[in-house]
Amino acid sequence: MNGFLSWIEARIPLMRVANMHAIQYPAPRNMNFWYVFGFLATIVLVNQIITGIWLTMNYVPTAEGAFASVEYIMREIDYGWIIRYMHSTGASAFFIVVYMHMFRGMIYGSYQKPRELLWVFGMFIYLALMAEAFMGYVLPWGQMSYWGAQVIVSLFGAIPVIGPDLVIWLQGDYVISGATLNRFFALHVIALPLVIVILVFLHIIALHEVGSNNPDGVAIKHKKGSLSESEKTPYKIHEYYTEKYDIADDVVPFFPHIVLKDLVAFCIFLAAFTYIMFFAPEMGGKFLEHPNFEIANQLKTPEHIFPVWYFTPFYAILKAVPDKLFGVLAMFGAIAALFAMPWIDRGRVRSWRYRCGLHKVNLLLFAVVFVFLGYLGGTPQENWKIIASQIATVLYFGFFIALFLYSKNENTKPVPARIPR
Amino acid sequence: MSDVSVDAKKSAPDKGPGDNTRRRFLTVATSVVGAVGVAGAAVPFIASWNPSAKAKAAGADVEVDISNIEPGQLIRVMWRSKPVWIVRRPPEMLDSLSDHAELLKDPESEAEQQPPFAKNPYRSLKEEYLVLVGICTHLGCSPQYLKNGAFEEIVQGVENGFFCPCHGSKFDMAGRVFQNVPAPLNLVVPPYQYVNDNTIIIGSTAQEA
Repeated sequence: MNGFLSWIEARIPLMRVANMHAIQYPAPRNMNFWYVFGFLATIVLVNQIITGIWLTMNYVPTAEGAFASVEYIMREIDYGWIIRYMHSTGASAFFIVVYMHMFRGMIYGSYQKPRELLWVFGMFIYLALMAEAFMGYVLPWGQMSYWGAQVIVSLFGAIPVIGPDLVIWLQGDYVISGATLNRFFALHVIALPLVIVILVFLHIIALHEVGSNNPDGVAIKHKKGSLSESEKTPYKIHEYYTEKYDIADDVVPFFPHIVLKDLVAFCIFLAAFTYIMFFAPEMGGKFLEHPNFEIANQLKTPEHIFPVWYFTPFYAILKAVPDKLFGVLAMFGAIAALFAMPWIDRGRVRSWRYRCGLHKVNLLLFAVVFVFLGYLGGTPQENWKIIASQIATVLYFGFFIALFLYSKNENTKPVPARIPR
Repeated sequence: MSDVSVDAKKSAPDKGPGDNTRRRFLTVATSVVGAVGVAGAAVPFIASWNPSAKAKAAGADVEVDISNIEPGQLIRVMWRSKPVWIVRRPPEMLDSLSDHAELLKDPESEAEQQPPFAKNPYRSLKEEYLVLVGICTHLGCSPQYLKNGAFEEIVQGVENGFFCPCHGSKFDMAGRVFQNVPAPLNLVVPPYQYVNDNTIIIGSTAQEA
């Protein structure tokens, strides 16, 4: 066996890479439950790819056949319903874990120097994920698929001069049609999954280059020669890290310590996931909207059009602005602001544990505003909601403006040199 | 002979600036030709996203018989897969169009949302028949036709109109948008022409044909 393994190792660096990036990767020992969502996102990605492959085996990507083929999968394929619900519940689960993962990054300052690119790659994953989810929602060709696509694609029509032609080019027709469905299928099944997998790879490579942040925001890698032997970690850490740095006694190897913690989270996640999948796959019309059980009809608009819940915060921002072009700009600006987090935050202290009280309030208010925007964007229009969504939009952008202003000369607590025991 | 050529090969990388110029020229030329090639190869991939010949054919003109429309009635026909409304407006409906100009964003139809022939108070070729693309100019939903006073609930003092259930945009019986709604523009009047008193063609105007 050992002979076989060394035969392989001499030809491809299998164990070396496994040791470097998984088994002997130094992980801060104070990682808490916030640090399970990256792992869970990977699990959900695998779930989406596997169930997605199985769904394509019976799905028909035409305007005439799509809706019927989804019903066929649900009713006539053995276990077709479970595969489809794994995929549709997985889409919502993906956004839940990704939003938690992003908020973790925000509270512990995981986007700050030197992790700017790590954050930017993550934001690109989020962007690709939104495109992937949007196109996937079009595929069943129900009423909400059709009219949701209509709303999103016509956003591009707000671009001056080229807008209207761009919309026709994107649709491949003068309206959303079978041509649009076909190309969304191709992008959803081949192009975007490839992009996402490549971006995840880059995200992880970038993470392992700069190292994992932690709830105290304290560096675990120190300058070579700056730590005494007793201060260094007793664990076996891969030479890739120990050659360049002294690794403090603040780390544990990724395997088994972090893997086991993640597996506990995985079990809890799986319990919640399967409960929703079996007992509430539609989630009261939030995960699968009720008008989508009706086939797409170009002549009949559903009474209320909402995107799926994970887009509703941005949809509320779009609706809050009374001008079409500026509404679109505000919506994309809301995402662009997140991209710019590493440069908007001018502070040097990462974790909110050691930052000023205003920062904590600002972060929590941002989370509340984001959820509230999601509520406003996902429920029928009423008069009070127009004002409310305008206030919430101002608060959303206010988070970034306030952060930019107070982070320059912030009153922070002293950060310990090592992870506190 | 062979000795000379071996020598030339050996010394090539160390040759003077003259050779580097040629090397740089080849690099630039190769890059430029390569870039042109990539741009050329991208054309089919980008152009294939345009509407196909079939989709364009499906977008051809539509002929509609309007002789059976009752006063106040709205009929829908499909043109380029979009709903096109044809409403026969009775005289009292036409008269009421001038009553609420102050409530409208663009009462004079200044924005080019109609062919030149429809830039008039009725936004139509013949006053009686209103022809509109039934898609809200906000985000593409299809508004509802509220008649016989049902529109009063939406805008006081205006009996008939169109109301978009998606985001609450309101339009009058000439497709003109009211103020303080998300839709930025009046509803689109498609190009159309009368073949005779009872038949219109949607998709082209008299000048084009």
